[in-house]
Amino acid sequence: MSVTTRRTRLAAAALAAITAVSGLAACGNDDDKPAAGEKPAKLVVDTFGEMGYDELVKQYEKDTGIKVELRKTAQLGEYRPKLVRYLATGKGAADVTALEEGILNEFKPNARNWADLSPLVADHSKEYLPWKWELGKAPDGRLIGLPTDVGSLAVCYRKDLFQAAGLPAERDQVSALWPDWKGFHDAGLKYKQGSGGKAFIDSITAVSNGVLFQGNGDLFYDKEDNIIADTSPAVKNAWDTATSMADISAKASTWSPEWSGGFKQGTFAATFCPSWMLGIVSDNSGPANKGKWDVASVPGGGGNWGGSWLAVPAQSKYPKEAAKLAEYLTNAKSQVEAFKLKGPLPTNLEALKNDAFLSYTNEYFSNAPTGKIFGESVAKIQPIHLGPKHQAVKENALEPALRAFENGQADKAKAWEQFTKDAKTQGAF
Amino acid sequence: MSLSATTARPSPAAPPSPDVDRRRRRGRLLNRLDVKYSPYLYIAPFFLIFGIFGLYPMLRTAWMSLHDWDMIGEHTFIGFDNYTRLVSDEYFWNALVNTFGIFALSTIPQLLLALFLANLLNRSLLRAKTFFRMAIFMPNVVSVAAVAIVFGMLFQREFGLFNWLLSFVGVDPVDWDGHRWSSWTAISSMVNWRWTGYNTLILLAGMQAIPKDLYEAAEIDGASPWRQFWQITLPMLKPTFIFVVILSTIGGMQLFTEPLLFGNGNIIGGNQREFQTLAMYMYEMGIVNLNTAGYGAAVAWAIFMIIIVVSLFNFLLVRRSAK
Repeated sequence: MSVTTRRTRLAAAALAAITAVSGLAACGNDDDKPAAGEKPAKLVVDTFGEMGYDELVKQYEKDTGIKVELRKTAQLGEYRPKLVRYLATGKGAADVTALEEGILNEFKPNARNWADLSPLVADHSKEYLPWKWELGKAPDGRLIGLPTDVGSLAVCYRKDLFQAAGLPAERDQVSALWPDWKGFHDAGLKYKQGSGGKAFIDSITAVSNGVLFQGNGDLFYDKEDNIIADTSPAVKNAWDTATSMADISAKASTWSPEWSGGFKQGTFAATFCPSWMLGIVSDNSGPANKGKWDVASVPGGGGNWGGSWLAVPAQSKYPKEAAKLAEYLTNAKSQVEAFKLKGPLPTNLEALKNDAFLSYTNEYFSNAPTGKIFGESVAKIQPIHLGPKHQAVKENALEPALRAFENGQADKAKAWEQFTKDAKTQGAF
Repeated sequence: MSLSATTARPSPAAPPSPDVDRRRRRGRLLNRLDVKYSPYLYIAPFFLIFGIFGLYPMLRTAWMSLHDWDMIGEHTFIGFDNYTRLVSDEYFWNALVNTFGIFALSTIPQLLLALFLANLLNRSLLRAKTFFRMAIFMPNVVSVAAVAIVFGMLFQREFGLFNWLLSFVGVDPVDWDGHRWSSWTAISSMVNWRWTGYNTLILLAGMQAIPKDLYEAAEIDGASPWRQFWQITLPMLKPTFIFVVILSTIGGMQLFTEPLLFGNGNIIGGNQREFQTLAMYMYEMGIVNLNTAGYGAAVAWAIFMIIIVVSLFNFLLVRRSAK
């Protein structure tokens, strides 16, 4: 036997070992599909943040005898890569998966990764906020998500600072200050004058967030998912409204250290609060500012920022039972229970009318009737089409351009140019 | 050890039985196999692990870069289209400029400072040597995320320490992440803080390997310490120095965490991509945007190529200096 053949043999053996190892990893638990009608022993639910399903899941176990494993991930930033991995490799996904707005839209072009729920559950289309229900559908008409919660929009404002600057402080009067965005800007200017030049809102991107969802008509995409960011009147309106607020802005973009620090320092007197933001506002402001914040309605009526759906991955072995579980978790009763436990806002019309929900007040925010305020805000939203890369266009094209304008890095025309250019690349899919 | 033991010979024995003979032959064979193949076996774990976690992902990335690859959807073969797109991609070149800019701002002052510190630590008169050597290495042990978060706070616009200090000398608050120069400075300062000590220690080791008699001879000839540094230390240190430069180059080209956390985790690195590095651009295209994973893979290979080119350049410098 020559040396070279021995070497090649050795190499071949090593290669075989490698393939054996990787092969082992590749086909670890590829069990066969269960026979139809077989009851699963266990269903897995993937959620992020706090969706308030802990008690509901226990109840479901009791009712059906199916064990439910609730896998929670705290941060959306960790949750998304996990989902992508499950879908890319075709294994590991839970039977019921919570999808946040941005993720859902991004996953829609590849709707085949998700089970079509419409044949699996009863027709609930009339039971939810119409715009929310529509967003759960893929472009090809498949129903891939059942609505869970919304990020209904309101305005959080500092009563004490308003008062000191000579503005009304009572929440109904404050809401009456700004029936529209012009009124909001006027109030901001008045505040600036009365407070000796202090900023009124945190940033202009918070404004654009608020205006976008009030847009009648398509935003970054048309119904056929063509990018129309540069010509869409709704986007232009959001842009103009946001840029007009630069003179009353503290230039502290959401999540920046300037922003979180600004709550305590009173750098700004008002910010746009989706329902899930209340906890963040109170955490950032600290116990010392308890009772100084209040909640008023958003200019121009309703608004939304965030919110989720429950979907069933196509790789689930028990799509039928998983769909049943998703149906149960999103029904009116469950949504009220989840709201009581962790606070996600209902999307089910019946739940939105529920007394427990409507009578809910928030102690930190001067006992504002947040249930009622947020409930009214989402009811006014018109059905809206968000394209596949809506989130990316908003976060990586629109908002950076707005901030560049706000910080004086670019004038209005240059910033708009930056936005339309980036929207094309960010929005391509 | 007694001498007799080594000189003692086995007494001539009767011809071995066929059984013993076979055993002995097998022993010899095993011995030969051991000598021949054991080394391969010893280094096999490295190559196995490198193959699985190093080589395979690299080849896979190369394969991906030839596709229009959607992470959760279709893969279409498009040949070298991703690479041609890369050449005319404004944001790729922007990231390249940022990477080299931050690299220059962080490597040049850092190595000069490291050289200076190493020279100080190399003084024979210095007391508490071990303490200083340990202390100077400390920043490198701190987690990069912690460094980035603390520096992010120091460089804040409203409540940051640096703007507060600047206010005493009458400088207006700087919007650190709003300009190229300021964001590069801030990010470079993090890199410098973390890696100066590390490079100092490597250079120090290089300095200690220089024979002492060279210095003694120079001293007798009346050369000043400054002259000794220029004419003995620096030339003798050249190989170590080049090694340090190569390490810094690889680190600098892959800079990711510092700029990412400096920009509050925004992958585009500043409102106008003022401090988006190549690694961040790769991550944006390859991981964040699900549908451009193939393009991201092409960016990854471009980074790999750039590192090779820069390292080759360094290698040529070493060869020349060795001659």
